Amino acid sequence: MTFESADRPAVTARPTRSAPALPGGEARYQLLSWLVPLAILALWEVSSRAGLMSQQVLPSPASVAETAWRLIRSGELPAHLGASLLRAAAGFAIGGSIGFGLGVLVGFSRLAEALFDRSIQMIRAIPFLALLPLVIVWFGVDESGKIFLVSLAVLFPIYINTVLGIRQVDPKLLELARVQGLSRLETVRRIILPGAMPSILTGVRYSLATAWLALVIAETLATTKGIGFLAMDAREFLQTNVIVLTILIYAVIGVGADSLARWLERRLLAWHPNYAKGARA
Amino acid sequence: MSRSESAGDIAVTVRNLRRAYGPRVVIEGLDLTIRTGEFVALLGESGCGKTTLLRALAGLDPVDGGHIEGPAQPAVVFQEHRLLPWAPLWRNVALGNETAEGRRRAEKALREVGLQGREDDWPRNLSGGQAQRVALARALVRQPKLLLLDEPFAALDALTRIKMHLLIRELVARHRPGVLLVTHDVDEAIAIADRILVMRAGAIASTHLTADTPPATLRGRLLKELGVENDSRAA
Ligand SMILES: Nc1ncnc2c1ncn2[C@@H]1O[C@H](COP(=O)(O)OP(=O)(O)OP(=O)(O)O)[C@@H](O)[C@H]1O
Ligand SMILES: [Mg+2]
Repeated sequence: MTFESADRPAVTARPTRSAPALPGGEARYQLLSWLVPLAILALWEVSSRAGLMSQQVLPSPASVAETAWRLIRSGELPAHLGASLLRAAAGFAIGGSIGFGLGVLVGFSRLAEALFDRSIQMIRAIPFLALLPLVIVWFGVDESGKIFLVSLAVLFPIYINTVLGIRQVDPKLLELARVQGLSRLETVRRIILPGAMPSILTGVRYSLATAWLALVIAETLATTKGIGFLAMDAREFLQTNVIVLTILIYAVIGVGADSLARWLERRLLAWHPNYAKGARA
Repeated sequence: MSRSESAGDIAVTVRNLRRAYGPRVVIEGLDLTIRTGEFVALLGESGCGKTTLLRALAGLDPVDGGHIEGPAQPAVVFQEHRLLPWAPLWRNVALGNETAEGRRRAEKALREVGLQGREDDWPRNLSGGQAQRVALARALVRQPKLLLLDEPFAALDALTRIKMHLLIRELVARHRPGVLLVTHDVDEAIAIADRILVMRAGAIASTHLTADTPPATLRGRLLKELGVENDSRAA
């Protein structure tokens, strides 16, 4: 709102607010940020109507919207969307808890690090797509294979950032815990976990993106439900508008997941000058 | 080496303390007694072992020989405030006892350091002096028998430092812990301590009672002892 943060030293300046502000404030920037996407959409619609682009190559936004409406009314879209979200959620829950659990273990114990870290790093180095054939052999084209893929994609970012977060906790604060006579459990709850939280949430945010990518790949395996199935099925029948719709849905859910992560950061890191909403440190 | 609980109005007694980092002996044959309510300042050249002594008294580092008779849980204020950035002020002060009772006590302690009404504020909204006052409140809230201060005012500006001197004198008079203040500032030591110790060669080299000597004379003596001969500000 003001130029305040721009001319203050780096200690209090927030990276997201470093540029001088326009008059009118945050709301105006919010509006402005939608200008370009809306303009592109309008241009797309107009050129479609003018016949500059074939409906087979790229259907107009209006016809995609129409398709969406039709599929919602028939109940197909909600069913497929539900199936995809369920897979993503299950994979996220499984991979996330394993990654967090391993991360806490390795973060706290040098022994656990010696035992597990090398193996985890080696598995992490395998390109994701290389596992696909093996997953099909192991799980068939079943639901469990898809959830496995998503879990795997989620596990590593959460694991790495949890270990990192715990290791980076300020040793001076750990010394404070000793001076204050905190028990081991209190030290973990009051100092280590909150101190590791920014890093853990970075892991969550990153893993939401990789989970989504894993889901898209997993859903190209033979399926009978899910957004991926909708896309594959549409490809068979050259229904470009359904294909574009599924891409848009993936995009919307990706953006939604990111907002969820940001919301979590704002809530859990209210104390942090970089995340605090409306904070003027 | 051993450690045991101090009794009566003795806050801490140290006998024949020894501490070495490998072959380098930092503290050797050090004796020290601080009574409750007594304010002791510790001066000494940089690297002479002041922090080492304080950390040994705090139970943060092991010692290699001698005996410490002091409370199991002395309070410590460091040069940096070491507030938890993710905890509101009252939780920082009550750390370890974050109950309704703990909150009540934290509120009282914050009021004592002039920060009433800021219980739910975040540490990042505090100035350096305010943050150090919260650290002081956190140290005093548990009524320690021994208060250890390692250059707690070194990072503050001169005016804030003087205000902190007045505040801490008042708080010590009220709560009566034994205090050991490590400082580099001779004037600070003269202004707030009852007794000033100079540390050299791993032990206490001399003791000065501030009530016995006029401040200017004492200042000259201490500076000379610390190896500063020609002080232009000498009275
Ligand atoms: N962890 C350590 N390992 C090895 N030597 C150390 C260690 N900590 C301190 N020393 C040494 O012990 C001596 C005393 O250090 P100490 O920090 O107690 O000095 P100090 O009197 O507090 O100095 P200052 O006034 O600069 O804070 C120094 O020579 C220092 O190099
Ligand atoms: Mg020191």
